[in-house]
Amino acid sequence: MNEKVDVLIIGSGASGAAVAWSLAETKMRILCLEQGDWVKPTDYPSNGRDWEARLFSDFAVNPNRRARPTDYPINDANSPIKVVNFNGVGGSTIMYTAHYPRLHPSDFKVRTLDGVADDWPVDYATLEPFFAENDRMMGVSGLAGDPAYPPKQPPMPPLPLGKSGQRFGRAMNKLGWHWWPSDTTIATVDYDGRGRCLNLGHCTPGCAQGAKASTDITYWPHAIRAGVELRTRARVREIALDERGMASGVVYYDAEGREQFQPAEMVIVACNGVGTPRLMLNSVSGRFPDGIANSSGLVGKNLMFHPYALTYGYVDEPLDGNHGPPLCLWSHEFYETDHRRDFVRGYAFQFGRGFGSIVEAIVSTAAGRLPWGEEHHRIYREQLLNRRIGLSAICEDLPEEHNRVTLDPVLKDSHGIPAPRIDYTISENSHRMMDHGIARATEILEAAGARNIAVERPILNGGWHLLGTARMGTDPARSVVNEWGRCHDVKNMFIVDGSIWVTAGGVNPTSTIQALALYIADSIKRRLADATLFD
Amino acid sequence: MDRDNPLTEAETRDLRALAALMIPASDVYGVPGADDDLIFADILRSLERDTADARAALALLARMAGGSFADLPAGRRAEIAAAFKREGGAPLFALNRVVLLCYYRDDRVMRSLGQEPRPPFPRGHEVEQGDWSLLDPVRGRAPFYRRAP
Repeated sequence: MNEKVDVLIIGSGASGAAVAWSLAETKMRILCLEQGDWVKPTDYPSNGRDWEARLFSDFAVNPNRRARPTDYPINDANSPIKVVNFNGVGGSTIMYTAHYPRLHPSDFKVRTLDGVADDWPVDYATLEPFFAENDRMMGVSGLAGDPAYPPKQPPMPPLPLGKSGQRFGRAMNKLGWHWWPSDTTIATVDYDGRGRCLNLGHCTPGCAQGAKASTDITYWPHAIRAGVELRTRARVREIALDERGMASGVVYYDAEGREQFQPAEMVIVACNGVGTPRLMLNSVSGRFPDGIANSSGLVGKNLMFHPYALTYGYVDEPLDGNHGPPLCLWSHEFYETDHRRDFVRGYAFQFGRGFGSIVEAIVSTAAGRLPWGEEHHRIYREQLLNRRIGLSAICEDLPEEHNRVTLDPVLKDSHGIPAPRIDYTISENSHRMMDHGIARATEILEAAGARNIAVERPILNGGWHLLGTARMGTDPARSVVNEWGRCHDVKNMFIVDGSIWVTAGGVNPTSTIQALALYIADSIKRRLADATLFD
Repeated sequence: MDRDNPLTEAETRDLRALAALMIPASDVYGVPGADDDLIFADILRSLERDTADARAALALLARMAGGSFADLPAGRRAEIAAAFKREGGAPLFALNRVVLLCYYRDDRVMRSLGQEPRPPFPRGHEVEQGDWSLLDPVRGRAPFYRRAP
């Protein structure tokens, strides 16, 4: 029998790490269960000559392709966007691009401002100090003064513009549209034990230098030093309830595959917008036959991905290629609702550098640009290699209940736990938004001198952002957790990941997920202090 | 079959003939073809999780060839390869990906492209800072984020 802990956190990724670190100062006994392993810096692909090949094997973004023993399968056949994630200490921060915008103030008030979806029960001003604290902990590079945001001060200078960024900047100036160096969690100077970026150019599948902030090298070392225990290869099957309707702990499988029960005073779920509803729907009981804390019936519903519309082209000179982090700039010119358009809400542009030489050859062959035969070499050298520039419109996905995570009736993981099934369609509003983004991106690329412009819509393996499947709100009939992350139905159970988002905004979510996790941790601490936590 | 080659002898011959058509050697650029001994051995070793797709693609190729693709006259091979490229679908995409993954990491090919045959870490690359004055017009813009109540 495992000893009872005060706080049990499930998942060590973006939000689990942040909440563990924040709660550590309470000196409670805190345990985090993580189904994956620690990833050693020497394991990352950029250490080896096969660095691009491993994007298609053990560092593939799609867990079904990657298929590590620590991954779980996902039935995503009924979705035009496939889920991408990583399972290990650091979670999907191991494998994100490190693009780090915040939600805008308006994103928390979409019902009030635009009459769609729902307002959040928290706002930007409430989260602002937690954004700043999280920026410091993760180590954000960027440039103060962006007119698209309220004032903020990234602790490190921005990534270099490079050839690609300058070409885009000139194009955007020609068009008179907003652009700005992106906030990223890539260290541009030595920071909190992390070395500065060396421009390995291969950030997404993990950074061998440690310049990219994944929570295994940011929050976790601090949390562990403060006394938090992190137990790897511990895959949670279900959250158990006691006779009072409170969470009593979890059932999990340890590294040897043995079933264990871990009792806890409080359970915090941080498994992302797919893993969290999967776990909750697998946690059935007499009180909750449809999944724990699911009296609203909303667990798993309202899945939001952000459809990505990628537009790219080729210029007449070599640019940065894969040298340097693949992202460099953003634009929020088209972020807000404009009633002259045929859609509500908006999108951000994320500007990229090029691809590595092999990935360029692969995607260009698949697209029919790169032929077989004698012409292969000439076209590759003269038209393609290092000549790509591209940008993605990150489109706000509004919540729709038919977009959902359920349990697959057949598919199971290696421990026999039912796997998630995704049913998702892109709304007409999102399609129109993508149309608009592609048209504007084409103008940008043409202004940048690109030709052979092509589109990928949506990016197939673009389901990075897993949001909305256990939404927060003040009405227990219309939400799963309250305004500070506690489940309406189970008063010692909290959710801190992207599941609790009410709407998606039009930016990468990690910054806001972590700020929200720190805010919830702060709420827990305040209510511990006045003994109202479980009231 | 051996550990470094999951294909049958007939599949191996057909794949090698196909690889030569996909990326032929070039005197102009001074590079080997994808059927080069070293590169082709790397392709066979690297099929791994794409082996099933590779075999499915090669089975289709053999059907389209009416037998051994490798034994066809050169002109006929080119015709069949062109049709195969159109009809091969996802299995061919997977097979082609492995060929490209191995071809473009060959030292000789990388050098011909002006690349150093080394992993990115630890030396990394240089990226120029660029002209930050380009940002001046945007710096001069008034804040335009939407105020929320």
